[in-house]
Amino acid sequence: MSVLPEPAGGAPRAPQAGAPLLDVSGVSKRFGGLQALSEVNLRIATGQVYGLIGPNGAGKTTFFNVLTGLYTPDAGTFLLGGTPYQPVAVHKVARAGIARTFQNIRLFPEMTALENVMVGRHARTRSGLLGAVFRTAAFRAEEAAIAARARELLDYVGIGAYAPYRARTLSYGDQRRLEIARALATEPLLLALDEPAAGMNATEKTVLRGLIDRIRGDGRTVLLIEHDVKLVMGLCDRVTVLDQGKPIAEGTPAEVQRNEAVIEAYLGANHRAVSP
Amino acid sequence: MSADTASRRRLAVFLVAALALLVAPLLAQQMGGSWVRIMDSALLYVLLALGLNIVVGYAGLLDFGYVAFYAVGAYLYALMASPQLTEISPVLAHLFPGGLHAPLWLMIPAAALVSGLAGVLLGAPTLKLRGDYLAIVTLGFGEIIRVFVNNLDTVTNGSQGLSRIDPATVLGVDLSVRHTLLGVEFANVTQYYYLFLAMVVASVLICHRLERSRIGRAWMAIREDEVAARAMGIDTRNLKLLAFGMGATFGGVSGVLFASLEQFVSPQSFGLQESVMIVAMVVLGGMGHLPGVILGAVLLAALPEVLRHVVGPLRQISGDRIDANVLRQLLIALAMIGIMLVRPRGLWPAPEHGQAAPGTRRERP
Repeated sequence: MSVLPEPAGGAPRAPQAGAPLLDVSGVSKRFGGLQALSEVNLRIATGQVYGLIGPNGAGKTTFFNVLTGLYTPDAGTFLLGGTPYQPVAVHKVARAGIARTFQNIRLFPEMTALENVMVGRHARTRSGLLGAVFRTAAFRAEEAAIAARARELLDYVGIGAYAPYRARTLSYGDQRRLEIARALATEPLLLALDEPAAGMNATEKTVLRGLIDRIRGDGRTVLLIEHDVKLVMGLCDRVTVLDQGKPIAEGTPAEVQRNEAVIEAYLGANHRAVSP
Repeated sequence: MSADTASRRRLAVFLVAALALLVAPLLAQQMGGSWVRIMDSALLYVLLALGLNIVVGYAGLLDFGYVAFYAVGAYLYALMASPQLTEISPVLAHLFPGGLHAPLWLMIPAAALVSGLAGVLLGAPTLKLRGDYLAIVTLGFGEIIRVFVNNLDTVTNGSQGLSRIDPATVLGVDLSVRHTLLGVEFANVTQYYYLFLAMVVASVLICHRLERSRIGRAWMAIREDEVAARAMGIDTRNLKLLAFGMGATFGGVSGVLFASLEQFVSPQSFGLQESVMIVAMVVLGGMGHLPGVILGAVLLAALPEVLRHVVGPLRQISGDRIDANVLRQLLIALAMIGIMLVRPRGLWPAPEHGQAAPGTRRERP
């Protein structure tokens, strides 16, 4: 299947392509004596693949965790699709429309691939205890819809054949794709991927790149944290570079690549001294 | 094998099993009521294990205080269906001159409600705890309830317990008196057996349906990875409380049934040992897998009783040098260690989906 299924009822609607989707400003986070983030601003337009890069320890994952409610920020305003949201509880952020994957894959290992994606439908479905116990018509209809949608998404990321297998038995690349399918099941406005290419071989990276490209093509917005510079430069529409918790550059990949501050952050201030 | 013959075979297995369950106590009562009594207590343990399985097996919350809810249900019924309350309270005695005598059909839902609330209350302070820390705190809660009941002398009679509890009556039939129907004689324990069996069947159905539902999947997601579950929009706080509450209802209902069977309750029935045994049933059988949990409960409930009959002769052979009780405990412990070494995931764990042959995939509605 090549087209991402249309969002069902209950999910927030995305703004027009090009309109701002995520607008965060002045985000700060301190851990004891370490200022992990200071005054980070980020604007992502609908339909973009937006890259967040930076050297190790620059604060990328911290920013991610703040954005998705895992850490409570010390300061900052957060707008998603034009409406403010408070990143105070992870499950509320997920319901507001930001779905994430994790740097170190966090699937539900003993559940099947299909069940993993079905869990992703939790935020957009509503049947409760009594519906389940009495198997009401509404419950059965919703269950069928959940399963059908989960299968569609498994097919979409290309692992439909593994639906009945436990998640832990899947290969590394397939686990990454399953995580993306599970995130897509929450019908996010913004899909946030934390180093999705980490630990992947060249073939797996190509497949992943194709998948992210396709997700953008289907009108989704993606925020990408990545170490792999080649992947970021080839895939992203815009990029922000973080260094020591501060944004030091913002622009298209080509602009950022020429930026003095970025070169300095990655290679060190004295890199010219050693070059001829 | 076509789907049709497969489902016909499943129906046949089901019918045979149902018939066996219905006939078993009638045969066992020929050998004496004590055998049926073992079956009764096994069914009660199945009920308890099914409830704890919701908390431990599905939601992954290690609960070592589960017996507290068993006690809540048992004491609730004991107080509402014995002369105790009217004897200690002149007001109640005046209002109910004939005694309280709350009927079983009313007390089962009432106990489910009360112990469910108790489950939520005891679960609330533990929400941030996981694994061993949670186990320690729940262990403490379990003991608190027992000690509380033990010391509330004026109401619960303390360690002497409550007696003169009404037996179960179903549709006007007193289960503690033997009846004869169509020439077949039903001993009192046999009649209780059918009541307990009906409750177990209903519970299995409820658990099975919960397992394959949005709620059940959310519980399992919390068990597997709580952070990832939250990232999927699952309100882990509410769902953990729901698991605690739902599990506790089963404990409370079992307590009512226990009190109506024994017609006597005392704090000694609700010690830590009981909690540990119920956890062992769930873990030994196969956490989160209903047939496994039932098997574990039946085995661990029946094994000590069966061994009682086996150990007696051994003791005679050894000329009273081996203490029967010690030997029994030793054999049970050895069996548990052996099972966990050979089958670490339990005796009957959930099957590996996908590793089964093609065509036997689990289909979802």
